[in-house]
Amino acid sequence: MTQISERAAAPVEAPVQPADPSAAESSAAAQSAATAVTFAKALNTALADAMAADSSVLMFGEDVGPLGGVFRITDGLTARFGPGRCFDTPLAEAGIMGMAVGMAMNGMRPVVEMQFDAFAYPAFEQVVSHVAKLPNRTKGRVLLPMVIRIPYAGGIGGVEHHCDSSESYYAHTPGLTVLAPATVRDAYLMLREAIASPDPVVFLEPKKLYWSKEVVDLGELRRTFEDGSAPRTIGSAVVARSGTDATLIAYGPSVPTAMAAAAAAAEEGRSLEVIDVRSLVPFDDETVCASVRRTGRAVVIAETPGFASVAAEIVARVQERCFHSLAAPVRRVTGFDIPYPAPKLEHHFLPSVDRILDTVDELQWEDGQ
Amino acid sequence: MTIPTNSDSTRTEGGVDTQLLPSPVPVQLIDHHGEAHSDARYALPDPRALLAGYARLISGRRINDQANALVRQGRLAVYPSSHGQEACQVSAALVLQSQDWLFPTYRDTVAVITRGVDPLEVFTLLRGDWHSGYDPYELHVAPQATPLATQLLHAVGVAHAAKLRGEDTVVLALCGDGATSEGDFHEALNFAAVFHVPVVFFVQNNEYAISVPLKNQSVAPSLAHKAIGYGMPGERVDGNDLAALLSVLGAAVDHARSGGGPALIEAHTYRMQAHTNADDATRYRPAEDVDKWIPKDPISRLRTYLRGLSLLDDAVEEQFAADAEALAASIRAGLNADVEVDPQELFAHVYTQKTAQLREQADLLRDELSREAVQP
Repeated sequence: MTQISERAAAPVEAPVQPADPSAAESSAAAQSAATAVTFAKALNTALADAMAADSSVLMFGEDVGPLGGVFRITDGLTARFGPGRCFDTPLAEAGIMGMAVGMAMNGMRPVVEMQFDAFAYPAFEQVVSHVAKLPNRTKGRVLLPMVIRIPYAGGIGGVEHHCDSSESYYAHTPGLTVLAPATVRDAYLMLREAIASPDPVVFLEPKKLYWSKEVVDLGELRRTFEDGSAPRTIGSAVVARSGTDATLIAYGPSVPTAMAAAAAAAEEGRSLEVIDVRSLVPFDDETVCASVRRTGRAVVIAETPGFASVAAEIVARVQERCFHSLAAPVRRVTGFDIPYPAPKLEHHFLPSVDRILDTVDELQWEDGQ
Repeated sequence: MTIPTNSDSTRTEGGVDTQLLPSPVPVQLIDHHGEAHSDARYALPDPRALLAGYARLISGRRINDQANALVRQGRLAVYPSSHGQEACQVSAALVLQSQDWLFPTYRDTVAVITRGVDPLEVFTLLRGDWHSGYDPYELHVAPQATPLATQLLHAVGVAHAAKLRGEDTVVLALCGDGATSEGDFHEALNFAAVFHVPVVFFVQNNEYAISVPLKNQSVAPSLAHKAIGYGMPGERVDGNDLAALLSVLGAAVDHARSGGGPALIEAHTYRMQAHTNADDATRYRPAEDVDKWIPKDPISRLRTYLRGLSLLDDAVEEQFAADAEALAASIRAGLNADVEVDPQELFAHVYTQKTAQLREQADLLRDELSREAVQP
């Protein structure tokens, strides 16, 4: 346990499922401002707080101005900060990305929204050839403190090109920090940290979690971020649920699924630990491996097609580092190696509680303990 | 180039603002016989400025020749020469003030050196020590771009940031004729026009994108005609006429500086040599085509003109040649010296702080090298 940092000692975060607002009100202490807050509102507040704290922070993209973004993540920012700070661009993702590079070169901290995962692909060259490489090209003389916000992944019944899990493309590219929050609290803290980072960050926002709620005190989160007392999230995984029999390793949209699987397993008498990776790059080998060494078994859960994916990388890292602690091969529950399905078929594709539990059942329990 | 006054839109009730269109033929102030011609819109630069520019042309040509020689000697991996395009290179640097930014491509080494960047730091790229060797902030010169047209968007972003802060900064972004086919060229011009930012897009149309002639890139009336599609002024200029280039580019820079927005300038020039030393131009163009451009050389016409004004004589020419030779000698000496490249630097700049994974990999390489060092 000593290998687990103070993050693990922090209170286990509330499940991501929508909370009962009345419960939130009754449980909140009179002096606390804790309320049920959506993931979307936490992101919106993080953007507003970052823009209020630093006039070089800019927000731009498609429909992010008066409309407030198609998911309303930028709601109210143009009205509050003016059209010079939060504004719509022509409909051209490479243009958005390339302009952000130049602005970051010249003293700004741009945050850009790609609207949907698959709509970010026209900007791919700018991301891979410049966002990721320009600091290295110039030996760190040019830093690119910019954030690429991407509403990503599926589970929302979206049409094609609106549900891709594109994290592996970015995670494969040296120079990019890649984050995928799964909780309302992390949505706030990780976006603030991403904006404050001197390195470019790809910030993946699980679309299906936008409307999930958690009881948090946004004012308290703001205070702890700004006074530096909030634990750092970049490069740090977190134990989302403690357990002893096997470790479920998940990130982003798969975390609530993993949590639900762990809850269901508990009813069957099996204790599953859930690790929320949340920082895909840099990856926290220490926290992940400490858990797997304790439990001896692991399943990696991700929506992305599994072949050559972040999930595949996690499996490889765990096998390399924890081989002598393992009672069974590390398994994966990922999307199939197919294009993202049409809405009526997506439930077959997405990792489900049943598929996770079936996979856990196959972890050679009869041989081990 | 006539400047539109309406910064919001160039669409008017009466139809399209045709004043955005470029001249029917490229602006030329000194022809290839060295004779000056007056132009209603563009003034001939002061002869003293042209003499100073001539000195830079001589240096630029010498840099091109020297770099080619260093490739043959194995000191540079490759060199994309701007031989024949030196007037574009020199003018791009000379029209800018110190607070302005230059966004060059791989073929714009002479422009970068003319701007004042240490040649040895410029050649870091081509001798293979690192992907870029100079500090972009020192003289406001972006790293030389290798992908086509991507840097034009960065130029727009730098200008946009400067505009938001109310700074007096103009950005001059270079690209070639082939790059105008790229999507990023379109997006950069459109963004620059919509956000009305001070960028001058300067296309050196040297007629070839490696082996592909311009007629296979575009059938637009000219590349400068594309400007009107974005609502910005376009202009065409003789790319081997330093006088016309200084005047036309200078007007566009002044226009951008005064809040007039972006402009697109197309210089008609010619790539006298192969794409790089690794290319064989005889496979796609006959020598006679190249020969046709020899009389249009940017140096010979300005030499004739300045000699006609008695500003240039043998003594001054000898001085310019000696200065250029001294520069070439310093480049030779610098590139003939072996430079130690620290392999640990491979991991140092990927992120501002090495990740745990990069620390592991840096240790692995350090360990490998230390074991190699003790082995015979």
